[in-house]
Amino acid sequence: MTRSPAIAVEPRPGLSSPLPGRALTLGFTIFYLSVIVLLPIAALILRACHLSAAQLWALATNERALAAYELSLGASLIAALINAVFGSLLAWVLVRYKFPGRRLLDGLVDFPFALPTAVAGLTLANLFSEHGWLGRFLVPLGIQGSFTQLGVVIALTFVGLPFAVRTLQPVLENLDQSVEEASACLGAGRWRTIVSVIAPTLFPTVLTGFGLSFARALGEYGSIKFISGNLPRTEIAPVLMVTRLDQYDYTGAIAVALVLMLFSFALLFALNWLHAWAAKFQQS
Amino acid sequence: MNAPRAARSPNEEHSIVRWLLIALAGAFALVFLLLPLVNVFAQAFSSGLGPYWKAVTNKDTGSAIRLTLLVAAISVPLNVVFGLAASWAIAKFNFRGKALLLTLIDLPFSISPVVAGLLFVLLYGVNGLFGTWLTEHHVKIIFALPGIVLATIFVTFPYVARELIPIMEAQGSEQEEAALTLGASGWQTFWMVTVPSVKWGLLYGIILCNARAMGEFGAVEVVSGHIAGQTDTLPLRVDKLYNEFDPVAPFAVATLLALLALVTLGIKLFLEWKTRDEL
Repeated sequence: MTRSPAIAVEPRPGLSSPLPGRALTLGFTIFYLSVIVLLPIAALILRACHLSAAQLWALATNERALAAYELSLGASLIAALINAVFGSLLAWVLVRYKFPGRRLLDGLVDFPFALPTAVAGLTLANLFSEHGWLGRFLVPLGIQGSFTQLGVVIALTFVGLPFAVRTLQPVLENLDQSVEEASACLGAGRWRTIVSVIAPTLFPTVLTGFGLSFARALGEYGSIKFISGNLPRTEIAPVLMVTRLDQYDYTGAIAVALVLMLFSFALLFALNWLHAWAAKFQQS
Repeated sequence: MNAPRAARSPNEEHSIVRWLLIALAGAFALVFLLLPLVNVFAQAFSSGLGPYWKAVTNKDTGSAIRLTLLVAAISVPLNVVFGLAASWAIAKFNFRGKALLLTLIDLPFSISPVVAGLLFVLLYGVNGLFGTWLTEHHVKIIFALPGIVLATIFVTFPYVARELIPIMEAQGSEQEEAALTLGASGWQTFWMVTVPSVKWGLLYGIILCNARAMGEFGAVEVVSGHIAGQTDTLPLRVDKLYNEFDPVAPFAVATLLALLALVTLGIKLFLEWKTRDEL
């Protein structure tokens, strides 16, 4: 699961470790990383360098591609917002309240993470279809959940949910409740305490969870392939990339892939910055 | 301002608010988590046991099961070896560029699986960087097992290392140093001191890595070529059956993957309970 970056604990400075295997393990790590991750990424960049920049730009920014980015970003944003709200609610309820079925609920939160995305797309598309358990009530009301942009949002919400909950949960567990007591003793009502004491403390963490679930949604493909029905209106960027590749349009696929990588690197950068900010925020 | 009531502590919401929040969270979890799970099984058995059994024992499904197991059996151990080596190097030694190395190890998590698939097509495909050489030597990577394995290794790359690095860092090197002082060799120390002390974290990393390896769709789809009975893994088989508009078969095959998810969650809960006990 994607988590906040690990912070390396520095061994005592000035003392070299007496343990063996430094050259072996570090060498293997760098070799394996190079073969599996770095070489393939270099291949993409090398390939892109040999293509004409004008042609790449044209394929990355034509009407169809722009519509795909718009849906990708928009649907991921809505899904991440839903997850920020309901993920926070779930984390709060799981940490603060005792009720029957709490452990089951806690276990279920990880379910989207363990379930292959193809199965998620398959079952969600069916649930919201005309004859599905939810669709049979929603479709007569005009709420079409499968083969629509709403379906894309539903699937992206599903895959991103664990990130929002699991990011907030440990922070909420370690939250010092004496601050809330102090706030209550000073005469603040419960609502006032939540809005002006708890919410500001948790805000950076909620934002991190939002960012992680947004990043997860942006790259998602498997579940969308099932629920989007391969229609032009529901085409997200990863689906466009695969469609172009299937038509042997390598340049077109590379153009979309570069944009997707640009999005994910920008997000990675933002999340690292956010993590550092949240750590500083929690200390003060 | 409200006078403090004796019935509840100041840190608790009114019980009506509390139950409303629980109900709202429960309703959300019901729609988004529980119903999708139950629906897989309900649809799979909607026409009774016969069609279910027929779909699951189909010849192409059988080879998809075998391929999925084979791919996981190759890619998970490789990532375990990498995870052990990387966590040893990062947790036990000091070197320049450690932060950069940690960022690079995380990289596959932030790259879309379909882009990961494309990377390998551009490297080993017919028009790829090594394409001509591979064709001349009759080596097939893309649209064959090696490509599927490579794409799977890429998307599951950080799982084991990510789990082990913080555990080994927290444990420090004192135990290993003591073992070495007492005359143990480097390998003995590693196998008899380090590995046992990280075993639960290692197992945790392995089951998460395995679940993703068996369930990966996007990256594998791009490199597989969809040859029925040959390069279809279980998730690709679900997709193929879905596109044939069969109402039962895709769900029947999907139950196998849903069971994998449930077993994974079960082991995960067990490990969390086990490690909480030890702390």
